[in-house]
This record gives sequence, structure tokens and C-alpha cells, in this order.
Amino acid sequence: MSNKNGHRNNAPSPPLELSVTLIDEQNALTLTELSHACSVQSGYIIELVDEGLITPQIMAEEREPHCWRFTGTQMRRARMALRLQSDLGINLAGVALALQLLDEIETLRMRLNVLDNW
Amino acid sequence: MEFKDYYKIMGVPRDASQDDIKRAYRKLARKYHPDVSKDPQAEARFKELGEAYEVLKDPEKRVAYDRLGTNWKADQEFRPPPDWNAGFEFSQQGFTGADASQFSEFFESLFGRSFRAEQARRGGETHGGPGGAFFHAPGEDRYAKIMIDLEDSYHGATRTISLQVPEVDAEGHVSTREHKLNVVIPRGIRPRQYIRLTGKGAPGHGQGKAGDLYLEVEFRSHPIYRVDEYDVYLDLPVAPWEAALGATVTIPTPEGMVDLKIPADSTTGRKLRLRGRGIPGKTPGDFYAVLRIAPPPATDERDKAFYRSMAEQFKSFNPRAKLGMQT
Repeated sequence: MSNKNGHRNNAPSPPLELSVTLIDEQNALTLTELSHACSVQSGYIIELVDEGLITPQIMAEEREPHCWRFTGTQMRRARMALRLQSDLGINLAGVALALQLLDEIETLRMRLNVLDNW
Repeated sequence: MEFKDYYKIMGVPRDASQDDIKRAYRKLARKYHPDVSKDPQAEARFKELGEAYEVLKDPEKRVAYDRLGTNWKADQEFRPPPDWNAGFEFSQQGFTGADASQFSEFFESLFGRSFRAEQARRGGETHGGPGGAFFHAPGEDRYAKIMIDLEDSYHGATRTISLQVPEVDAEGHVSTREHKLNVVIPRGIRPRQYIRLTGKGAPGHGQGKAGDLYLEVEFRSHPIYRVDEYDVYLDLPVAPWEAALGATVTIPTPEGMVDLKIPADSTTGRKLRLRGRGIPGKTPGDFYAVLRIAPPPATDERDKAFYRSMAEQFKSFNPRAKLGMQT
């Protein structure tokens, strides 16, 4: 999606032509792109998939890693996994548990918000 | 610049063992990790902690830090003594993973500048600088968070973001330059999606192309709407008679006012769906109004008499039937 002239632009600086891409299902990242975005070897991403921490979309009949595609949610999880691993010194199984519990806490927080409004 | 009491930050005495320091760090890091904690101060605390640990875990840096003496107090105005650092050689083994550019001015005045210049110099050599074997590699990708409003996702928006871009000059000095970018927020964006700005990350090494900039989108919490993936929720107060008899009420949605038909015999918690009026997109989400029955207050004698006559009318109604209560 490129910055077309039709968009309103209130900023004082001269508008810059920027190539902006929304990372959604159609523009999901390849294994190579995700590895580069996380500054890790692709082997690390494969480990995350094997551990069930992130789930790629399978594009073709083939289930080979080069056919995997990753959305923003998966990218966010991969980066969280990396940070938790390096900052807290926990192994992948521990990171998987942490992410699962964080997901649950978030769901509960959302429900709590609803109740607090009442 | 202010003095940083690294021992106080870590909550350990000055004579703590290296093991104690590691344990204290792990415990506090788990507590304040920005991915784990919802404390608004968590990120700042975690950075401070990382900086303190960077110094105290490394015996060389710790000895140097200790040499500043015990008379300094946290946040006190600090200037490094002129002879500081004399006689120390830092082997630069620390910083694994830690981002030195995030550290305080205090840290930089003690350890940072020489390290960063060194890092920049070594970076130049390994990445095809003079004398080294030339190789080309793409620059690193960068990240930033961007806060938008729910309405921006419905209408699309343009945001100006400013980035601090570090630059290394020929002599290895690192400085940051502000870089402004206009970013189009695509319509239909959802919380936690990423926008990629191709080529706006770190510059490439050698002939390698620049990395990309990823913006993680977060929604500001909205005073009346809640977002869950593609769907948007509104808590909708209704009068008891509207719920009992049915009514058509005008409600707000991010796209503007909409008339909503409330079916008769509705109860609190009933979800009324407006199909396709959630986050827009190829498959748009839905908009839900969640009913909440708001009883009018009984302020004067006539109101109270009315409630008493309701009680008389609904004698057999047991609101606590589900709790197993008889009346």
C-alpha cells in the first residue's frame, strides 16, 4: 500500500513517498523475512514453530518451512519469546508456558475491564 | 547528570556476592519485564535494572564503579572525577544482548563512550571496512510502537512519527539525528498488527540494502468501545421498559449514529450484533451492543410508590432463582 496523494497530510514537513505495507494475511512474512526481522537464524524460528510457540500459515500443499507465512501476531510472539529468553534466561519450554499464561492473563484482564465498567 | 546507585536499584548491599547480584537481577527482571508487567513504570525500571546489572555483573566494571566511593547518593548531581578510568582496561566482554544506546548519560560517562566508539570501529571492520574482507549484508530491521485511536482504523489516517537515528561519523563518534516520517495508517488496521516501512531500518553494510522499519500498532483505550480482534463492543445501558417491551434506540458507533432495534424480553448481557460494522476490511468484523439494564433511581415518594406497585405486580418473580434461593 503506497502513500498516495489523495491522503490528507497536515504535517508541516514535506510529504515523503513511503512504501507502507500492512503485515496481514495477504502480506505475511516468509521464514527469511521473519528471521531477519528478529535478527536470528532461521533455525531459531523453526525451533519456535516446533515448540508450538508460533504457528505459521501453511500456504501450499507442501509443509516445508519455505512455504510458511507469518502474520504480525506471530512476529510479536517470536519477538517476545526472544526477549524473554535473553532477558530472563528461560528455556523455550519455559517461554512457551510464560506466553500461554500471559495470553490467559490478558483474556482475564479484558473480562475484568468489562465487569469494572458495570 | 545524576548519580545512579546501582546497588540500590538492584536492592543488594555493596558487598553482595556475584551470585546474589545475579539472583536479585533475575527476580527483579521477571517482575519488571515489559512483556510481563503492566506497571506503567515497568519499562523504565527494566532499563535501569539492565544498566545496573551490566555494571555489577562484570567484576571489572564493578570494581571501577566501586572506586567512585560510597559518598554518592542516588540522583545527586554527578561529574566523573578527572582521574577516573585511569588504570582500567575494559575487556568489552559485557553488553551481550544489552543495547548500550539505551543506557543513561551517567553510564555513558563512565563506560559508554569508549565502548560505543570501539563497537562502531569493530563493526566497520567486520562489515567490509578498510582492511577487512568485503561482504555485503542488509541492515538490521528496526521497531517502534505507534498509538492510534479506534476511529483511525475505520477511516485511515496519516501520522508523523519521529525517529532517533544513530549515526557514526568517520572518527567513530555516535550521535543521534531526528528523522521525521509521514506514515499512512491503512484503514482496517487491528491492534498489534505491524506496518512495514521498507528501507527505513538501519543502513546496510557494504552494498547491502537498508533494513526495514516495523511499526507495531496499539490502540489507545477508548472511553466507550472495546476491541477484540476484528469485533468492536459497546456497553449499552437501556431502561427496564425498553428491555421488556422492546424499543428502537439511537446508539453511537465509530462510523456514526445508528438506530438499533432492541427486541422485547431482553435481559442484561444480551448481545445485539450489527454485522460488518466492526473493524473494516475484506471480511469486516462485527459491532456488538451489550445490553445493561439501568434502573431509574427512586428519588421521591411517587417513584417509591411505583416500585412498590411493581413489587406487588411481580410477586412471583424471583431474581435469585439461579442461586437456589426460594424467595
